[in-house]
Amino acid sequence: MLIKAIFISILFVFSNLTFAKLNIQHWETNNGARIYFIENHDLPIVDINVDFRAGSVKDNKQKNGLASLTNHMMVLGSGGINEEDLANKFIDLGAQLNSSFDQDKSGFSLRTLSDKKSEAVDLLTLVLHEPDFDSDILEREKKRYIASINQSKTMPGSIASKAFMKALYNEHPYGLPSSGEVEAIKKIRKKDLHDFYKIHYLSNELSIVIVGDISRKEAENLGNKISLGFSENKMTLEIPSVDYVKGQEIKISHPAKQAHLYYGAPIIKRGDPDFLVLYLGNYILGGGGFVSRLTQVIREDRGLAYSVYSYFMPFIEAGPFQVAVQTKKSQVKQAKELIQKTVAEFIQNGPTSKELRRAKDFMIGGFPLRLDSNKKILEYVSMMAFYKYPLDYLETFTNKIDKITAEEIKSAFQRRVDMSKFSTVIVGSE
Amino acid sequence: MNRIKIVFFLCLMPLFAQAGLNVQEITLKNGMRVLVKEDHRSPVAVSMIWYRAGSLDEVNGKTGVAHLLEHMMFKGTKTTKPGEYSEIVAAAGGRENAFTGADYTAYFQRLEKSKLPISMKMEADRMQNLVITKEEFKKEIQVVMEERRWRTDDKPKAQVNELFNSLIFRVHPYGRPIVGWMSDLENMTHEDAIEWYRMWYSPSNAILVIGGDVDAKKVFSEVKKYFADIPAYKIAKRKPQIEPKQNGSRRAILKAPSKLPYIQMGYPAPTLGKDGIKNKKEAFALEVLVGILSGTSSSRLNQNLVRNISRAINVGAGYNMLSRGGQSSFEMYATPSEKVSVIDLEKYLKLELKNIVDNGVTDAELKRVITSVIAGEVYQKDSVFGAVMQIGQLETMGYSHKIVDDYIDNIKQVTSQDIQVVIKKYFHDDALTVVTLDPQPLDKNKLPKGKPHAH
Repeated sequence: MLIKAIFISILFVFSNLTFAKLNIQHWETNNGARIYFIENHDLPIVDINVDFRAGSVKDNKQKNGLASLTNHMMVLGSGGINEEDLANKFIDLGAQLNSSFDQDKSGFSLRTLSDKKSEAVDLLTLVLHEPDFDSDILEREKKRYIASINQSKTMPGSIASKAFMKALYNEHPYGLPSSGEVEAIKKIRKKDLHDFYKIHYLSNELSIVIVGDISRKEAENLGNKISLGFSENKMTLEIPSVDYVKGQEIKISHPAKQAHLYYGAPIIKRGDPDFLVLYLGNYILGGGGFVSRLTQVIREDRGLAYSVYSYFMPFIEAGPFQVAVQTKKSQVKQAKELIQKTVAEFIQNGPTSKELRRAKDFMIGGFPLRLDSNKKILEYVSMMAFYKYPLDYLETFTNKIDKITAEEIKSAFQRRVDMSKFSTVIVGSE
Repeated sequence: MNRIKIVFFLCLMPLFAQAGLNVQEITLKNGMRVLVKEDHRSPVAVSMIWYRAGSLDEVNGKTGVAHLLEHMMFKGTKTTKPGEYSEIVAAAGGRENAFTGADYTAYFQRLEKSKLPISMKMEADRMQNLVITKEEFKKEIQVVMEERRWRTDDKPKAQVNELFNSLIFRVHPYGRPIVGWMSDLENMTHEDAIEWYRMWYSPSNAILVIGGDVDAKKVFSEVKKYFADIPAYKIAKRKPQIEPKQNGSRRAILKAPSKLPYIQMGYPAPTLGKDGIKNKKEAFALEVLVGILSGTSSSRLNQNLVRNISRAINVGAGYNMLSRGGQSSFEMYATPSEKVSVIDLEKYLKLELKNIVDNGVTDAELKRVITSVIAGEVYQKDSVFGAVMQIGQLETMGYSHKIVDDYIDNIKQVTSQDIQVVIKKYFHDDALTVVTLDPQPLDKNKLPKGKPHAH
């Protein structure tokens, strides 16, 4: 199936926004885990998501890949139950266990039928509390990681995004590839995983979101049960703040037909007061799919690319603002100039009043779509929980959007988005 | 940079996991069918219009025109400018997109429920009043060529898949890429797009499916207002284009920049008849076989080849039991571990099939498939979009959406012996097609000159 536009990458950024009347119950366990609970008995389903502050930002160069491997190995054998039996136990309940991993977090989510919730939660608890990190399995998985990393070094999109993050963050851990590097992975041993798990899988850095067909009392028990398996340590090292690196232009040759271009700089962290203003502005600039300025200039007016977009990706510390495009090699210079011109114009003049009205209409009118399933509720609330958003974030969202002015967008872009600090990466330049 | 993966769950039949759909249906006097699935959990509506026109209906020299037309459907009508409807949908807070498959082309919007008429007005307008200018076509065909480069030309596995399809289907149109061959795209004209639009975009060739927090009766009366007066025209009779029996294996090598090799292999396989009865036993046996071989981390291919003997770093199997074109294939694909050749890996994959022929599958494996299907059916209820998608796909392919009611029962009836029978009947070397990726270095100077050739 072919889809008209690529929305996957921008959807992730949309996941900051949501819906008014969602009754989120929130409490903390005795050892500091934050629990968020949305009770809903429409369907006989329970969804649980558990996130730790144990993403690749906790890696260092020498053992780059350790955070990812720990996340990956968590589900490959627990409490002496081997990987095959463990998987089959979930499947036999009809339950789904997923893991997720990015720069900031290591996450695990469980979807189960409500009449199987107690057995499924027991299994999830076992997975979280007693990972085996079996040495033989570790060696096998290391080989698979290394093979994938080597393969990704031949893929233009992967080469470009890796070089881009390196250019933006240099020695900061956000500049490390989140799945690691070959030489570093070779050095990782079972003890490293155990140590990493002990140090970074902490109850006070744990957020648990529970959605669906389960009572408050059961949700409380569930929260206690999971969090009590982890120790509390408030003295953990803070993630280093991001030093701005001088903008660079990097060109890497590649035999592919298309060149991949990335353009941007680290700009904004979670909880930044400018975020909503920049987010709304970026919808107009390059986040709004078919109706953004970048799509208009690059795709609609000139047919230069299938996909062009921009987004702010806030992390715990400053995350990137980036513009990306793929186009045949002979056109990449033209595309780059048009992107620069479009971004510069937007920073200088801000949006028109018509654009602003439409962007607000989109955000406000489409609000219910952001939370129309248990799964989406789980995802949004998990993001809020992990990054410690205020509980009234959803209730106040449309109101805040509605009040943003064109002048505020212009001013925020002028204060925060400095093109002279941008780096450019082109893979497959002629 | 974000990775999400499903670890333990049998992801069978995304097409086919929801029984008891409770769909209401009417047919307009021009032949357009309208199906409504109410779901009142959230104040939203999903609208999808499906045309029974896809790459299956294309002819040589004009491959990719179904997909190109899908793009042109956003380029304005007699009364609206290019992109104007996208602006209207966005300003209503809506999400929209479209997709083209071998069997269909579909357009959808997700909207707050009170905004649903926007979608009807737009679809009714572009069904009859689309304007395809030379200027807009010239830009959009460039976009589509970029899409092809991005989707296929620069992705070795996608190239392998394209070559595989063209080998296993020599006569059947499933052998042609949905996006079209580059040379066909380069030579396409706006008249080709107009011709396609006039051939297939009749209301009598369309199915509208609406789901969400709506009242079916009200939806029907709104739909009539917008669509009932659109004149229908005769749809050309489709030729069956049946693939002749394969007598002898087919092999090809694809060279492309890559570090790792890769293998895709498979056999032609039957699909479930449109009546839901023909080929039932075989189709369901194949469906369960795929569940046992692939889909979870403890399924046979991953458990045996990746975990136990470490001969592969990734493996999978696939089979579509449903298709409008009446033809399917059973496929396995894998990336070998270091120092394992694709030739050896082919043997290991075949050995997995032979092992089932010799020893059957276990009751526990059969039961696991059933459990997953039953749970999957409940989980699907969380997504209105999924239900609308499923109804649209089934109906456009020519099945009744009601066949899902018997799905679980049919899965339950599959025995180990049924699976052995289909393997023996369909998976023999004379019906085998294999394409392997021969990795080439990235450095241009070390690359062979010219385009890689397969055979």
